[in-house]
Amino acid sequence: MSASVTRAGSDTAFGTVGRARHGLTLGGYAICMRGILWREGLRFVHQRGRFLSALVRPLVWLVIFAAGWRQVLGVSIMPPYHVYILYSTYVVPGLLAMIQFFYGMQSSLSLVYDREMGNMRVLLVSPFPRWFLLVSRLIASTVISVIQCYAFLAIAWLWGVDLPDYGWITVLPALLLSGFMLSAMGMVLSSCVRQLENFAGVMNFVIFPLFFASSALYPLWQVQQSSPLLYQVCLLNPFTYAVELIRFCLYSTFNPTALAVVLGCLVVFTAAAILAYDPARGLMARRQRAET
Amino acid sequence: MHGAGRSELRAEAVRLAPPSNEDELALSVEGVSHSYGQRRALDDVSLAVPRGGFTALLGLNGAGKTTLFSLITRLFDTRRGRISVQGFDVSRKPSAALAELGVVFQARTLDLDITVRDNLLYHAALHGMGGRRARTRAAAVLQEVGLAERARDKARQLSGGQMRRVEIARALIHEPSVLVLDEPTVGLDVASKAAIVEQVRNLSRTNGVAVLWATHLLDEIEPDDHVVVLHLGKVLAAAQMSEIVASTGAADLRSAFRALTGTAAPAAEAEEGGA
Repeated sequence: MSASVTRAGSDTAFGTVGRARHGLTLGGYAICMRGILWREGLRFVHQRGRFLSALVRPLVWLVIFAAGWRQVLGVSIMPPYHVYILYSTYVVPGLLAMIQFFYGMQSSLSLVYDREMGNMRVLLVSPFPRWFLLVSRLIASTVISVIQCYAFLAIAWLWGVDLPDYGWITVLPALLLSGFMLSAMGMVLSSCVRQLENFAGVMNFVIFPLFFASSALYPLWQVQQSSPLLYQVCLLNPFTYAVELIRFCLYSTFNPTALAVVLGCLVVFTAAAILAYDPARGLMARRQRAET
Repeated sequence: MHGAGRSELRAEAVRLAPPSNEDELALSVEGVSHSYGQRRALDDVSLAVPRGGFTALLGLNGAGKTTLFSLITRLFDTRRGRISVQGFDVSRKPSAALAELGVVFQARTLDLDITVRDNLLYHAALHGMGGRRARTRAAAVLQEVGLAERARDKARQLSGGQMRRVEIARALIHEPSVLVLDEPTVGLDVASKAAIVEQVRNLSRTNGVAVLWATHLLDEIEPDDHVVVLHLGKVLAAAQMSEIVASTGAADLRSAFRALTGTAAPAAEAEEGGA
């Protein structure tokens, strides 16, 4: 495919130099997005530890935690389930969302790393619009997290978790939407984190509270019985809706509330991330002014 | 030289500056100011890089060179003044301006976990260049910087000087008209420094790429170079090196720099660290 920038100038041994006619073509956009996806994939492949840790974490919950709690926590019949289910079946959508959430955070961690190491600048001096670069980065992060989710689903199935056949397909749109939303949330957080070392604070104050104060590990009706206040917190938590969207889609059913909240949060977080990385108005610019 | 003397020299320097006809300029910075909170990093800075020319931006650490680079590359937004690349305003037409710009940052910006070739192909993709054309360009620029045989090595396996050369190759893969380099020889040994300076000069001479080379090292500047002296955020002189030396009545650039800034230039052997 040809370059996105067409030029008219004098040919030299090294290239073509001269006044250029500029225009970013659709093909150029596609190449740029593909390049960002490819680089994210390369990094993922080269860092096998990341892939393993992303799988081990939910598997520990599934194999150890769920096995221990299945006798304690009873899950009654509630939508989208039509029969009594084992706790290990209940927890799978939450663990899928957990994979995406952690990968989104890991991806935002790598953004902070890239910023500290200077790699981020290479991305930001591309002639393509910054919103496009950031959205491409979010798409790349989402695609990788979806691949991880399917790897986890396969292991869960081998472990004996009963999953509906069509669910493997119908869950895909939910995984794409929730992955994008959680990656965007991570990107917003990355713009707030000044140094890599501060990311541990994000883990403690953002990731764990969001994960535990959701329907990932226990049904909301049980939370409501034990703590009405925590129940209200869970209802305000966007992660809850990502989990529920995945849960319903995994059983080929539709949860309009979850979809609406996930879509709304996706738009808000993406806009906030684009604004945060805007050179004129964003947090990056404000931080540069404050730091120096 | 202080006070009025410096002002006179600046007036002289403006007279000696390259032609301001925009068609002849690859990079133009006009009246740019930038502040970090209360601290002013750049104060009404103007400079011009002619097409195919080599311009050295000379200044000590903290002079404002990196800030200026951040504005040229649109990492920061230009609030006061105007910057244009090949006639394209960086604020108003960032895509066109950035497409014409090749950048080598002061900090290392290679992805160490992927190969040299993949670093170049990633950068090509970020400029909308893919497929065979990107692969051909990657091979050509690596050949040009003498690292063709290291294409499949991971970037982390390279020495500091080789990484710099890869970054220069990467900055050129999309065939920019202007190459800006922010202290590219910082942290390198003497031989690597000399090789990189020579390589970039050759590029400028043979291929017509305009170069803005930021440095605080006087030994990287040649008598024919156009030099912009930046000190504490202000341009004190902009002229050919020999003309700056002559106009200050100094014996060499080191003395001229001292006369202009009231500060000694760093010794060539002792300079490490960044601006």
